[in-house]
Amino acid sequence: MAKTELVRIKVNGRDREAPAEPRLLLVHFIRDLLQLTGTHIGCDTSNCGACTVILDGKTVKSCTMFAVQADGAEILTIEGVASKEGKFHPLQEGFKEEHGLQCGFCTPGMILSSYALLKENPRPSEDEIRWGISGNLCRCTGYKNIVKAVQYAANKMAQGA
Amino acid sequence: MQQTSFEMGGMGHSVKRKEDPRFLQGKGNYVDDVHLPGMVYGHMVRSPYAHARLKSINTAEALKLPGVLAVITGEDLAKAGLAWMPTLFHDKQMVLATGKVLFQSQEVAFVVAEDRYVAADAAELVEVEYEELPVLVDPHKARDASAPILREDREEKSNHIFHWEVGDRAASDKLFTESPVTARVDAIFPRCHPAPLETCGCVADFNRATSRLTIYLTSQAPHAHRTLFAIVGGIPEQNIRVVSPDIGGGFGNKVPIYPGYVCAVVASLTLGVPVKWIETRSENLQSTGFARDYHMTAELAADETGKLKAMRVNTLADHGAFNAAAQPSKWPAGLFSICTGSYDFAQAFCEVDGVYTNKAPGGIAYRCSFRVTEAAYLIERAMDVLAAQLKMDPAELRRKNFIPPTHFPYVSPLGWTYDSGDYDKAMTKALQMIGYDELREEQAEKRKKGELMGIGISSFTEVVGAGPGHTFDIAGIKMFDSCEIRVHPTGKAIARMGTKSQGQGHETTYAQIVAQELGIPAADVLIEEGDTDTAPYGLGTYASRSTPTSGAATAIAARKIRDKAKKIAAHLLEVSEEDLEWEPGKFFVKGAPSKSKTIQDIAFAAYTNLPEGMEAGLEAVNYYDPPNLTFPFGTYIAVVDIDKGTGAVKVRRFVSVDDCGNIINPMIVEGQIHGGLTEGMAIAFMQLIGYDENGNIEGGTFMDYLVPTAVETPNWETATTCTPSPHHPFGAKGVGESPNVGSPAAFVNAVVDALSHLGVRHIDMPITPWKVWEILQEKGVTA
Repeated sequence: MAKTELVRIKVNGRDREAPAEPRLLLVHFIRDLLQLTGTHIGCDTSNCGACTVILDGKTVKSCTMFAVQADGAEILTIEGVASKEGKFHPLQEGFKEEHGLQCGFCTPGMILSSYALLKENPRPSEDEIRWGISGNLCRCTGYKNIVKAVQYAANKMAQGA
Repeated sequence: MQQTSFEMGGMGHSVKRKEDPRFLQGKGNYVDDVHLPGMVYGHMVRSPYAHARLKSINTAEALKLPGVLAVITGEDLAKAGLAWMPTLFHDKQMVLATGKVLFQSQEVAFVVAEDRYVAADAAELVEVEYEELPVLVDPHKARDASAPILREDREEKSNHIFHWEVGDRAASDKLFTESPVTARVDAIFPRCHPAPLETCGCVADFNRATSRLTIYLTSQAPHAHRTLFAIVGGIPEQNIRVVSPDIGGGFGNKVPIYPGYVCAVVASLTLGVPVKWIETRSENLQSTGFARDYHMTAELAADETGKLKAMRVNTLADHGAFNAAAQPSKWPAGLFSICTGSYDFAQAFCEVDGVYTNKAPGGIAYRCSFRVTEAAYLIERAMDVLAAQLKMDPAELRRKNFIPPTHFPYVSPLGWTYDSGDYDKAMTKALQMIGYDELREEQAEKRKKGELMGIGISSFTEVVGAGPGHTFDIAGIKMFDSCEIRVHPTGKAIARMGTKSQGQGHETTYAQIVAQELGIPAADVLIEEGDTDTAPYGLGTYASRSTPTSGAATAIAARKIRDKAKKIAAHLLEVSEEDLEWEPGKFFVKGAPSKSKTIQDIAFAAYTNLPEGMEAGLEAVNYYDPPNLTFPFGTYIAVVDIDKGTGAVKVRRFVSVDDCGNIINPMIVEGQIHGGLTEGMAIAFMQLIGYDENGNIEGGTFMDYLVPTAVETPNWETATTCTPSPHHPFGAKGVGESPNVGSPAAFVNAVVDALSHLGVRHIDMPITPWKVWEILQEKGVTA
């Protein structure tokens, strides 16, 4: 094993640390070392977005970044999207209500991209939603119900505000 | 069928999915999420050449790398008799290459290391010496005298795999001679790949203390795979447990057994530790089951009014290096003979020849019931060619030739007995939804202005739900499927099936069947699939067979339970069985509905207060062998606009009308249609596993093999009609594959229609902007 560096990341509000080789991808750090397996790997060319997480407020494809580059950062993964008490985020609720998932493999990345989109643009148009999730591929749903799920969440969050 | 309440959640309710909460919280359990103590990682060494003699493999440097545990080669496997394995279709394929390699990215050696990065490093250090051989890429040249013979292992020194024919050649030829109108189309259904978002992989865990081998596997058919591992590996079947956990999409990709699985098993047996092997996306696209690659010619004979007489089909099937088609053993071209589609022909004849080339092996059924997609595409394309030739509206030509509803059960000239259909009804609804007449007027206006717009219709018929065991088997195992239901004392239940969901929502829909039949709320029924230690044997989920087979088994097992429940209810109510009536959830005394026993009361009594002499418990199992296949159908209509400057095609609208018989969960059916249409659109416009003349793969990564995003995907407009299957226990037909089967022709027909006034009659998929732009240039059309 090559030389490792201690990487400290705040993940879902909790301080975590683990030694990582400089070449270790962030997605493997999250999945293998932190054992947060909700972040998925669907390709090896940064196309699919299944590994999307939110790092310091911005979405990143965690297969496209080294863990050491994330040292000191704050990360949100799918496991941290619901409230601490387990109450679903409006996006999680929306995906369920509007049938925005089938096999579930793209879902974590899709939710995190939508999460970042709604932070930036709380009332997106359909077109803006489609562009907002265009870095995330889904093979099952044909996107229509994902768009509806994001609209559901936007409406719900607007009512809550 | 008695209607249940929404709370009960029986048939026809859009019950929200039970599997969603775990997926929405990142708590799914996919194969790559399986993490076992002491687990190590495998990595495949692959061939850079499409055809080459394997001169030597030197593993010394790789083995020196700290953390490397083993490097397995084909020679090592040969000593255990495992260098080759049987495919699912009368052929064998190399697990790891010996002698020579036959396609680019073929498996050559398997490195095992403590860490996945080290395994990848070590794979780079395996030195393989190759001597390049002439490469055969074009299937049309496979039978030329000058073609290299690819398979030295076969007795037959040729690249020809099989010839298969069905129908009456002479009678068809006669009708062609006699008919005043004939039309012909040469259409390639190009090589594409299912590319589920989760790639294939496994964790093989051999426990030396118990001699048990557990394989966590991305498997659409865990039971069949257990049997194959037992037969091929010589491992007693009771010592093998295959667990198919959550599966991130399958679409046929996860039906075959792949070399990586076998290598991981061998490594675990050798090392006595769990071995994980997960392929990369590129490995998935380059080496695992491709689909289609059918080079087809269809001819139609008709009279001057467009009344069809006969059809002739000739097809060349490119199977790559090994015939790894995953399909019923008596059907070399799958169910391709459904190619007469929704139309009433007097005669038909169909022949298919399979050949080897230096390409990845396969011919798997990508979201279709074994070559049904190719067949539906061909007939629907040919219908448009004939319509153009006759200067007839394509909808009118279809309507004129539909098998009428009164003709069912209908025996097709190629031997299928269609169960039920009402094709005109579905097409009429689709035409109305899209506003067909107005669109034709708009098109005429646009043509005057030089704008390109097209409308494409596909009125497909599928054949799914294999199948009757007398005709259909996979590797000898009859294609029944199963369900076992156990009702607990508190009236809750668990049910297990031989199928395996990959996103289809079985945990919800099967529970709805139980709710419908037994009146136990769907919320109270736990569905479990995929663990061969606990679930009853079955052939798995593909070919839209889950509802036709295991769905039927679920209804029948539930009915067996209901029969026993009736006896218990009679005992509890102190009446005879004949005095009881059923409504979902309870038996009551005829004429005295207040005297009743709920299924929950009865379940408790099944363990506490039984009639004299009755066995305890409330359980049943059913292995369902369907009497026939089912024949879902529908009409899809695409409207496209073409940019003359770039050749880009925009799908403006798409209407689907599906008929899959009675529906279990409309929400899930609609979702499946959306997904399949998106896959069909990708096939029509952007996807190709192509090869250059040296056999280099040109579509081997997601950079080159395109998957549509939300931006290109239109807002699908869906609807249904309902023509129940007369032979299925609750009249269902299966739906998951219809959109992939039926839609490619609609897209292509729309593009060809947009260009038909320029004399264009056919364009092969994928219809890329470049391809359209070239046609426009050739026809002198400029922006």
